Formats: sequence, C-alpha cells, structure tokens
Amino acid sequence: MKKFLALLLTLILGTGLLSGCVSSRPTEESDASEGDASASGGVVNVYNWGEYIDESVLTDFEEATGIHVNYQMYDSNETMYGKIAGGGADYDVVIPSDYMISRMIAEDMLEPLNFDNIPNFADIDPALLNPAYDPENLYSVPYMWGLLGVIYNTTLVDEADTGSWDLMWNEKYADDIVIFDNSRDTIGIALKRLGYSYNTTDEAQIKEAVDLLIQQKPLIQAYVMDDIFGKMEGGNAAIGTYYYGDFLTMLENNPDLAFYIPEEGTNIYVDAMCILKGAKNKENAEAFINYMCSTEAGLKNCEAIWYSTPLLSVREELDPEVSGDVYAYPDESIMAQCESYAGLPQATLDLYDSEWTRLKSAS
Amino acid sequence: MRSKGAAIPYVVWMALFVVAPLVLVVIYACTSRDGTPTADHFSVMLQYAAVFGRSFWLAFIATLVCILLGYPMAYILARERGRLRNMATMLIMLPMWMNFLLRTYSWVFLLERNGFFNTLLSSIGLPKLDIISTSGAVVLGMVYNFLPFMVLPIFSVIEKIDGRVIEAAQDLGASSAQVFRRVIFPLSLPGVLSGVTMVFIPSVSTFVISRLLGGGKKLLLGDLIEMQFLGSAYNPHLGSAISLVMMVIVLVSIGLMNRFGEGEGEAVLL
Repeated sequence: MKKFLALLLTLILGTGLLSGCVSSRPTEESDASEGDASASGGVVNVYNWGEYIDESVLTDFEEATGIHVNYQMYDSNETMYGKIAGGGADYDVVIPSDYMISRMIAEDMLEPLNFDNIPNFADIDPALLNPAYDPENLYSVPYMWGLLGVIYNTTLVDEADTGSWDLMWNEKYADDIVIFDNSRDTIGIALKRLGYSYNTTDEAQIKEAVDLLIQQKPLIQAYVMDDIFGKMEGGNAAIGTYYYGDFLTMLENNPDLAFYIPEEGTNIYVDAMCILKGAKNKENAEAFINYMCSTEAGLKNCEAIWYSTPLLSVREELDPEVSGDVYAYPDESIMAQCESYAGLPQATLDLYDSEWTRLKSAS
Repeated sequence: MRSKGAAIPYVVWMALFVVAPLVLVVIYACTSRDGTPTADHFSVMLQYAAVFGRSFWLAFIATLVCILLGYPMAYILARERGRLRNMATMLIMLPMWMNFLLRTYSWVFLLERNGFFNTLLSSIGLPKLDIISTSGAVVLGMVYNFLPFMVLPIFSVIEKIDGRVIEAAQDLGASSAQVFRRVIFPLSLPGVLSGVTMVFIPSVSTFVISRLLGGGKKLLLGDLIEMQFLGSAYNPHLGSAISLVMMVIVLVSIGLMNRFGEGEGEAVLL
C-alpha cells in the first residue's frame, strides 16, 4: 500500500513537472510532430516567440488556406536553438533573431526559401533586404524589427539618473533592476557600456563585460524574459531593459513607464521567418510566411504587439501617430547610435556559454 | 512462467525509458562536442561547487521544514477519525490537482514587491516584506510544493500502527511522551524516510522554483543543467556530466539514509 501510494504520488509529481514547459493554443493539439490533420490542406508547424502575434491571424490563415497551424512558443533564441539542435523538435517555420539566423545558416540548419511562393515579399522595406545575417537573402523574410532600450518607472526613478546604460548599475536602485535572461543581450549591454562592439570576438573584452555584470548582480532583482511584463506593469521593479514594441504594450497597462535609448548606443534587431532544414511541410510553410507578409495580417500583428513592421503597405495604413514615432521608425540620428548583432564564430559562442554560466553561478 | 510473461511490457518500458536514457547520459557526459572521449566536463565542474553546495543546502532546509511541519500534521491526521480526516486529507491533496507551474506562478504574484501580501501589509500600516528573489522564497516554494509528499507517507504509516502495541506500552507504565518516543516514532520512521526522499530529490533538482521565486539569481543544480540543454549556454555534454554527478550524490545519500534507518524499512527510491 505504501509503495503504491508512493508510486501514485510520483506519477502526479512527474506529470506536474513535465507539463507547463510548452504553451500552446488551448484549442490546439500541441504535438508539433503530428503529420496529419483533419483539414484538407495539411499542417504547418510554427515555432515563434511568446506574445509575438495576434492569434486571430492564425485562424484567418487556417480559414483562407485550409492549412492547420500547430503553434508553439519559446522565450529566447537560445531556448529555440537548444530545442532544435537537440533534434527532438519537428517544426517548419521558426522566427529567430538576426544573430541566431546567421548561426543557424552557418550550421546548415535552414532551408533556402522559394520566393516564387512568397509574392508578398515584394512589400518588405528595401532597407531590410540582404542584411548582414543573411547577405544574399536566401533564408529569411523579416517579420518584425525594433530597438532595444531602457524602460523605467517615472514614479520610482529620478529623471536625472537616466540617459545611459549606467542606470542599470546605479546602486540607488538596488534590487529594483531587472535584466535579460539570455547571454547575448545581457553581455551585449555590458559591452556597450564599456564602449565595445556587440560583435567583438576579443576574449578580454567579453570577460571584462561579464566581470561588470557580476559586479552588477547584487543590484539585480531578477533575470527575466517575458516575465518583465508583470515586473514593470505592476511596479514590482523600477528599471528594466526590453524591446520598444513591448514597452508600448506595457505602457497601456502602466502609464508611469518611460523609455529611452542609452547614449552609448543600443541594439537594432530583426526577427525573421525561416524554414528549418528538412521541413516536412515546406510549401505550407511558404504559404504561411506569405500570409504573414500580407497587409491584413501584418496590420493585425502590428497593432497587437506594437513592434515595427517591415511591410511598407502596413506602415501606410498605420495611425500617423504610430508610424511617426521616432523610436518605432527611427530617423538617421537614432539609427547612427544603433548596432545590430552579427553571427559570432564558434569559439566566441563557446566563450559566451561558459561566461554566461560563470555569471549565473556567481553568488 | 506466466508471471514472467506478464513482466515483459514493464521490462521493455524500463529498458526504453530508464536504461537507454541513462546510457545516453553517460555517453554524453564522457564525450566532447565532436564526439571524442574526454573527462574535461568533470574537471570543469569544480567551479560549480558553490551551485552544488547551495542546491543541497536549500533542499536540506526545505526537507527539514517539511518534517517539522509535516510530521505533526500527519500524526494529528492519523489519530483523527471520520469526516474531519477525510476532509483534511482532501485539502492536502487539493493543490496537487493544479499544475505545479501554475502554483509556483501564483506564489510569484503573492510575494512580489507590490503583490498580494505586501498590498495587504501596507494597507494595515505594516512595512513591506522583501522576500521575492531570495533564498527564503525558493525554500518557501519547495516546502509549499513538496509538503504533501512528506505528510502522506508518514500519515499512511502512522495510521497502520497497531493500536494494541500502544496499549501494551501504556499497560507497562509508559507515559504518553515515552509511548511516542519509544513506540510510535520508531514505527513511523519508514514513512519519514520515504517522505525525506520524496521531498529532497525534487527539491535538489528543481529549476522552475528557483527561476521564478529566486529571480534566476540563486542558481541551483536544476537551473545549471537546464541552461546547458534549453537555456542560454548550450552544452548538452556538460549538462549530462552534471546530471550524472548529481545522480551519484543523491544515490549515495539515499544509500546512507537507508543504512541509518536499517531494520526500520527502506526509503522508497524514486
């Protein structure tokens, strides 16, 4: 009886621990590897960032094409990479950021796209074509882009302290600061504060940046990804760093928040849609990418998540107040302060991994 | 012969889902990224000694708190009869019907700086508690989530103690304190050992609790391992090596515990 009870409890505990790591739409079968679907048009397995779509767009797509969408979410490029590199996942479309795309191209994880199936590609802002992460533009179609900056609560932070990355190291706000829970962004912030490039491969510079972060660790309340919404909206933290589009979402729920671009410079990023090597539903995936580039879907997504759209037709349709926003659609002077992430050589990536573990395990 | 045939599905299951993954873990732990054998991962691990120390220390505290809270609870419960007991057992089980992750998330909202408790405290004029992102919050999360796994095994053991044994002790002149110390407690030890195993092992390997309630600052072994697979420092080989070392340490400590409780029944190996 005792053993039976123990076994039963183990089972309950086990299911509790295993579930919850993946979120999916409640009405969906969450199994991405499922090959068949009730709809006639087959399936497409999409793996996207959390809070990064207007989910009604998925239903619209299903109705328009008869293709069933299995939709799953991740919270950082590294999580997505780990899951795919581990070999267990079976996705068609993924939406990584620039630097991760170049890593995945280098590691032969992406399939070249057939642009004949993506006519809406013509609507993409020419400024975003042939980017450094995909120089010949063979593998990716931009989904959203934007700027990284500092978000602060005006009721808790003295205006005089703002303006640079130094705010993230200001001891006055100990235990009130949240920062990214991923190596590239967090180490990048420290690199910028030191005046180095995001894309440095100099071991000494990267180690110096991590030393600076270890020094900052006692001031940090939490390392966060999308948890930052609750932290900033609820006034649980005073200072954080995140993407401008997400700041606009937070602002709707907490009008005390403000945003600035640090004077040392910041990151401009592009998240782009790609198809994984050996995807089973490549044509459906291309149909999905094409649909996401339609004015209708682009507008819905843009108004739901407030990131900057790469679609020219959507930009025209947007409220002038939004399309004229300098942080959403920055002018030359702001662009001059921005640097995008480039792909890093394997040796530097390994260094990032071990240095990140050094930071996180420091007490 | 018949019974052997019936065991086949279980043997296949164990081979596929227990033995094969373990073999993979060992292979991964002893090779480098390009597949050549190496022991580097184990020497690198020395620098994570602090993480090992913190994990075992916090899991130890959580287990201790669970015994201190859970034993009296199980004892009182086992001596109750009828509806009250059913109701109380039910209440202990009830939270487990909800997802583990959800329960932990709700603690985040309760403990946040402007969360439920702090709003309550400041509305009655008391100072706020800064508990989120501390080791204390992590231990609280462990105790909350794993307490039922301490209470229920102890409960089921105490419940089955033969009332005549207790009466005999009383007849022979033992005081109620002596009855407890010399009869009931030794007889309930197998339940305690099961409870300790079932609280300690998930506590030492948890990563969700420390990520959410510890703000990702109090890195535990579970976090360290998760980081190597799905997190921001992709290195499954190092992750496997750490898992392996953790398994060995846990195995040794359970072995020691069984030794200590010899003759009193064995802790249930998870």
